[in-house]
Amino acid sequence: MRRIISVLMENEPGALSRVVGLFSQRGYNIESLTVAPTEDATLSRLTMVTIGDDHKIEQVTKNLNKLIDVVKLVDLTEGSHIERELLLVKVRASGAQRDEVKRSVDIFRGQIVDVTSNMYTVQVAGTGEKLDAFLQALGEHTIMEVVRSGVSGIARGEKVLSV
Amino acid sequence: MELLSGGDMLVRALQDEGVDLIFGYPGGSALHIYDAIFRQKGIKHVLVRHEQGATHAADGYSRSTGKVGVVLVTSGPGATNAITGIATAYMDSIPMVVISGQVPSDKIGEDAFQETDMVGCSRPIVKHSFLVKNAEEIPEVVKKAFYIASTGRPGPVVIDIPKDVTNPADRFPYRYPEKLRMRSYTPAGKGHSGQIRKAIALLLSAKRPVIYAGGGVVQGEGAGLLTELAKRLNYPVTNTLMGLGAYPGSDKRFLGMLGMHGTFEANTAMHHADVILAVGARFDDRVTNTPNKFCPGAKIIHIDVDPASISKTIVADIPIVGTVQSVLSEMLEMLKSSEEQPDQSAIVDWWRQIDDWRERHGIYTAPRYRTDGAMIMPQEVIRAVYDITEGDAFVTSDVGQHQMFAAQYYLFDKPRRWINSGGLGTMGFGLPAALGVKIAHPDKDVVCVTGEGSIQMCIQELSTATQYHLPVKILCLNNQALGMVKQWQEMQYEGRLSNSVYEESLPDFVKLAEAYGHLGVKIERREELHDKLHEAFAIKDRTVFIDVYVDPSEHVYPMQVMPNGSMRDMWLSKTERT
Ligand SMILES: Cc1cc2nc3c(=O)[nH]c(=O)nc-3n(C[C@H](O)[C@H](O)[C@H](O)COP(=O)(O)OP(=O)(O)OC[C@H]3O[C@@H](n4cnc5c(N)ncnc54)[C@H](O)[C@@H]3O)c2cc1C
Ligand SMILES: Cc1ncc(C[n+]2csc(CCOP(=O)(O)OP(=O)(O)O)c2C)c(N)n1
Ligand SMILES: [Mg+2]
Repeated sequence: MRRIISVLMENEPGALSRVVGLFSQRGYNIESLTVAPTEDATLSRLTMVTIGDDHKIEQVTKNLNKLIDVVKLVDLTEGSHIERELLLVKVRASGAQRDEVKRSVDIFRGQIVDVTSNMYTVQVAGTGEKLDAFLQALGEHTIMEVVRSGVSGIARGEKVLSV
Repeated sequence: MELLSGGDMLVRALQDEGVDLIFGYPGGSALHIYDAIFRQKGIKHVLVRHEQGATHAADGYSRSTGKVGVVLVTSGPGATNAITGIATAYMDSIPMVVISGQVPSDKIGEDAFQETDMVGCSRPIVKHSFLVKNAEEIPEVVKKAFYIASTGRPGPVVIDIPKDVTNPADRFPYRYPEKLRMRSYTPAGKGHSGQIRKAIALLLSAKRPVIYAGGGVVQGEGAGLLTELAKRLNYPVTNTLMGLGAYPGSDKRFLGMLGMHGTFEANTAMHHADVILAVGARFDDRVTNTPNKFCPGAKIIHIDVDPASISKTIVADIPIVGTVQSVLSEMLEMLKSSEEQPDQSAIVDWWRQIDDWRERHGIYTAPRYRTDGAMIMPQEVIRAVYDITEGDAFVTSDVGQHQMFAAQYYLFDKPRRWINSGGLGTMGFGLPAALGVKIAHPDKDVVCVTGEGSIQMCIQELSTATQYHLPVKILCLNNQALGMVKQWQEMQYEGRLSNSVYEESLPDFVKLAEAYGHLGVKIERREELHDKLHEAFAIKDRTVFIDVYVDPSEHVYPMQVMPNGSMRDMWLSKTERT
């Protein structure tokens, strides 16, 4: 199962490497990982997507919790949540292609954020699935470069992850 | 407020933490700290001969006292030499603080002379680590390091200190923090009472119970409580290699060690158990054999301070996260006030069954090794030393067959008497560990059981024993081979002894010991074994190297059948299988 684990940790040097190291050391896989400081500069919020059965995920969360820098964590996939990822993609767009690409961008509620006479740079936000679908809609031949931020997420409703 | 340099602050903080002993080895990046040590009195520094020795000595000191072991090394090779000992402590959950010098802050990352990324190198084998950025942080970092190392599931903590941070020219106000607040670290304390109540109900309903107790009971000072609990219930107890001494080895309820080289009765009882109470033990693969064949009919209660130990390899039916002390005392309270009693007739039957297993293949009901040959058998050497030391010595060990013989045949009645590397299995551990133990217990017999292979991995520490006058006994079960490796090659590789023998290259250990200023005794003939051992052990003020030539063809049994075996599938001798 795919899980989104959200971690609050001390914004200390070395903290991130401990998290990443834990995953390689214990043979867990990381599909994506994002990290940035929070409104409280002493804390970072890290979101990672990992895949594993319930047993594996239980070990992942237990071992993450064991890291001294980790203050709190939550498995967002256990409840309803909002998941977002940012995609920037350079697509070839000249002649008739320009309209076609523009239409796909609109359908996926993306934005064109840079243009030249031969290409668009498009920004799309959404779930990983939506971004996959957008890339598929573009078709491989038009894509020049892709960059994805990795997933971040937050629980729905009043639930918050804070100290 | 008093102004101190970083180096002085470090030493003062250690004193304020109650440290009176450091094992270490100097070098460039640590010289400011070494100078601070020279200028103070409270802390004794033991100069080892190799940084690995420092870590094992601090480890042995810690295991035998329960205190945090402290190590000081320099950057680069000093730090990397300490890695094996840090990993050893990590695997066995031993509290240790390792302070390493680092190149000056402004040189970090430049491949400076003797620079290694110590925080990076040690990351997978520490409970936590700190890279100190400025001197003002030192008191708090030291306080945190000791707190983290010694609480919860104990473990090693590294403090890496760049040289400029300890510069004697820069002084800062010193104050040792009284309290710590760490929002990100709250070790487990009391177990969940509802879970404990369930556990008691399950325990009392058991018809074939076994208590499986590990290193956590020793580390967590739970041996007294565990013993009270087991005696009150009259349930059989088995210990892991790390748990030996958590329950008195000479008590009739003790089944011996379990696992790969566990006794027939312990492994068979585990396999047939209906309820297993696991306390401070982590279902290691050397214990469970094939996990999906592990104890098929058993319901499992698992007490551990580390939630990640629970249901890691074997799923617990009743998990209890808490310290052995708090959980076992709560269990005892509940038992005392409970109306329910164990099912006496079932327990009597269970004991009858266990006694029958003991009679058939137990290693304590009859010798399961040759007693009529000319060769000295390793088992009888351990038995003899057990008798001579009246079962009251501190025994450290290296790794191999000799380690297993010591674990099987020296019955430990007290915790913290058996000191060995179980999780990492570090050859070279025994001698430096023995020195650490001897410093803590100068009036006790300290015996390092070793092999001619292992002892050569840290033999240089014989010199440390000389310098600090640490009279330990080194008992070398000399089988002229890497015996444990050879045993596997004989059992699984049709006897192809690939690089497990030394071809006449062994040193004369008697002369070697003498070269370091110690005594050496060589024992080759069976009829001289007892007398010579008695003589050697009568010497209390010298380090004695006792080199005993044992039957090189002997194997350790029982040995679980692998792969795909269950707990009860064992080789009982070279020809006999369960
Ligand atoms: C050659 C060789 C052969 C071996 N053969 C065997 C064998 O036959 N049998 C065997 O048992 N081992 C054997 N071992 C050792 C084995 O590898 C493991 O080290 C050992 O089984 C682990 O012991 P343990 O389960 O007691 O755990 P430990 O490593 O001692 O871990 C202790 C557990 O207790 C917990 N704990 C710590 N403090 C507390 C506390 N205060 N309260 C609650 N919980 C706490 C920890 O979180 C941890 O889970 C062998 C090793 C070698 C080198
Ligand atoms: C540092 C290290 N290297 C290799 C091993 C693998 N190993 C385990 S037991 C053993 C043989 C030990 O020989 P010896 O010390 O003579 O003990 P014996 O088994 O002969 O009693 C070896 C090589 C190890 N445990 N540790
Ligand atoms: Mg040997």
